[in-house]
Amino acid sequence: MAFTTLADLADGLRSRAFSSRELTQRFLERIAAHDQDLNSFISVAAERALDQADAADRRLARGDAGPLTGVPIAHKDVFCTAGLRTTCGSRMLENFIAPYDATAVARLDAAGAVTLGKTNCDEFAMGSSNENSYFGAVANPWRLERVPGGSSGGSAAAVAAGLTPAATGTDTGGSIRQPAAFCGLTGIKPTYGRVSRYGMVAFASSLDQGGVLARSVADAGLVLALMSGFDPLDSTSSEHRDPWLQALPEGTIGVPERPPVIGLPTQYFADLRHGQSQLDEARRVLEAAGCEFRDVDLPHTGVAIPAYYIIAGAEASTNLSRYDGVRFGHRCADPQSLDDLYRRSRSEGFGAEVKRRILTGTYALSVGYYDAYYLKAQKLRRLIQNDFFTAFDAVDLILAPTTPGTAFARGDLTDDPVAMYQQDIFTTPASLAGLPAMSVPCGFEDGLPLGMQLIGRHFGERALLETGALYQRHSAWHEEVPGGFAP
Amino acid sequence: MADIDLTHLCRLAQLALDPAEQRAAQTDLARIIGMVDQMQSVATDDVEPLAHPLGHAARLRRDEVTETVDRERFQALAPEVQDGFYLVPRVVE
Repeated sequence: MAFTTLADLADGLRSRAFSSRELTQRFLERIAAHDQDLNSFISVAAERALDQADAADRRLARGDAGPLTGVPIAHKDVFCTAGLRTTCGSRMLENFIAPYDATAVARLDAAGAVTLGKTNCDEFAMGSSNENSYFGAVANPWRLERVPGGSSGGSAAAVAAGLTPAATGTDTGGSIRQPAAFCGLTGIKPTYGRVSRYGMVAFASSLDQGGVLARSVADAGLVLALMSGFDPLDSTSSEHRDPWLQALPEGTIGVPERPPVIGLPTQYFADLRHGQSQLDEARRVLEAAGCEFRDVDLPHTGVAIPAYYIIAGAEASTNLSRYDGVRFGHRCADPQSLDDLYRRSRSEGFGAEVKRRILTGTYALSVGYYDAYYLKAQKLRRLIQNDFFTAFDAVDLILAPTTPGTAFARGDLTDDPVAMYQQDIFTTPASLAGLPAMSVPCGFEDGLPLGMQLIGRHFGERALLETGALYQRHSAWHEEVPGGFAP
Repeated sequence: MADIDLTHLCRLAQLALDPAEQRAAQTDLARIIGMVDQMQSVATDDVEPLAHPLGHAARLRRDEVTETVDRERFQALAPEVQDGFYLVPRVVE
C-alpha cells in the first residue's frame, strides 16, 4: 500500500477493499516507524487525519466520492492549514496557526484528500538542501547522509520513503524539481499563475508556484488538476482555462496526439559532468516512442543564477518585512523600543540563510544599486524568457538535466552559499520565465537517483504530462524504491 | 570587490547581527555580490525589464464589500494585544 499509485488507492477505497481510516492508519504507522531517520515531517496531524478519514469513509459509503476521497497526502509546511500549525521551517512561525486554509489545501480537502501532516522544508523555502530548517535537516531515503534537496525536501523524502503517497511542494527556483530529482520522484512546477498562491506563505511573489511531488506522472497530474485553477483571492492567479487538465481526475493521461519535437539546449549539456548517459538513454526511449529531437540555443542560461538571486532576494526582503513581532510570529522578550522590537524579533526569528537573502535583496534595492542590480536582473529575465520563446518556435518541449549531479552529502556546501546557489543552474531559467517544468526519474548513478527535466510552453502542462507519461510507460525508474524503506 | 556597508543594510532590513554573524555576512555578501556581478557581462540596452512572467497588469475586482473585519480571530495570533489594539513599546513620550 505504501508505494501504490493514487489511482489504485482511490479504486481500493471505492471498491471497499480497505477504508480510508485503515489506509490513513497505515501511513501514520509508517511515519511513526521511519521518520526518526528522515525528519521529513514537522507536524504529524494523526487525530485530525483520522477525523478526515472517517468523513471520507462516510462519503465513500454514500457513493459521492471524488477522485481523491480518502487518500492521504501531506502538505509542505508553507501552505496554510486552518487549525494546524504552519511554520515555514522557521522559528519565526514556530507557533503560528493560520486562521484560514491555502486555496490549494482547501481544494484538495474538498476533493476528499486526508492531510497526514506538514512536511519539513528550508526556512521560508530558501535553500537547495533542506539544511536551513529550524526543525533540523532532512535525510535522503536513498542514502541517509545525503541531502534530499530543497526546499521541498521533507515532501520529497516522505514520498520517496512511502510515508505518504504524494505531497504538495512549492518551487521558486527549483524547490520541487531538484528534490524530486534527488529522491527519484516526479515533481511538477506548473506555469506561474496556475496554482493559487493564496495562503502559500510568500517568498518571491513573481516566482513562487505550488505544485506536486509524487511517484509517477499520472499521480502528479491528478493532484495538480485538483489543486489548480483560477482563484479570485490571488491577484496573480491566471484566468486561463484548461478543460483538459480540469477533466484529468475523471480520466487518464493519454498519448500525445502527435509525438512532440523536443529541444536539447546546448548550454545545459556543455559542461555536464553527471547524468549524460542516463539522459542519452531517456532520449533513445522517447525517440523509440516517436519523439523527434533537435538542438536548441538558450544563450542567456549563464546569467540565470545571478538574475534569479537578485530578483528572489529583492522580493524576499520585501515580503519578509511583514515579520515584525507585532501582529503574528516571534516576538523578542522585553523590547526596549519599537526598533529594538523589530530588530531583535527578526534577528531571533530568522536563520542565517534567510538573513543572507534579505540582506542581498536589500542591497539590490538600495539607493545607487537599484539600476545596476534589480533593474539589470529584470532585463536579463526578459532575455531569458525570450530565449525560451524563440526555442519554442522550433520545438514543443525542452529536455534538460534537472540538477548538475546526484544528491550531495549533508554539510558539503553549507560553508559556501554561492556553491549552493549553483545547484539551481538548470531549474532557475524556467522559473524566471514562468514556464511549467517537471522532473522525471531517468536512472541512477552510484545508487542515487537522477532526474531529467521537461520544460513546456506557458500553460503547456498537457504536453509535459503526456510526454512524461509516455516516457514512464517505456521506463521503470519511477518504480524503484529505496531499500531501507521497502514495505 | 563590492563595496558593502553592512551596518546600513542591517538598519534598512531591521536586522541586528552579532559580531560573528557580521563577519560571516560580510564574507558571504561579498561572495554573492561578486557572483551576481556576472550580470554586467551582458548588454541590456533597450531591453524592457520583465517584472511579471506572464506580463499581466494586476487584476481589479468589483468595488464591492467581500470581507468583514474579524479582529478577534486575527488578533488571537498576535503576541500582545489589549482592548483590540496591538501593543508595541511606547513611541511617543
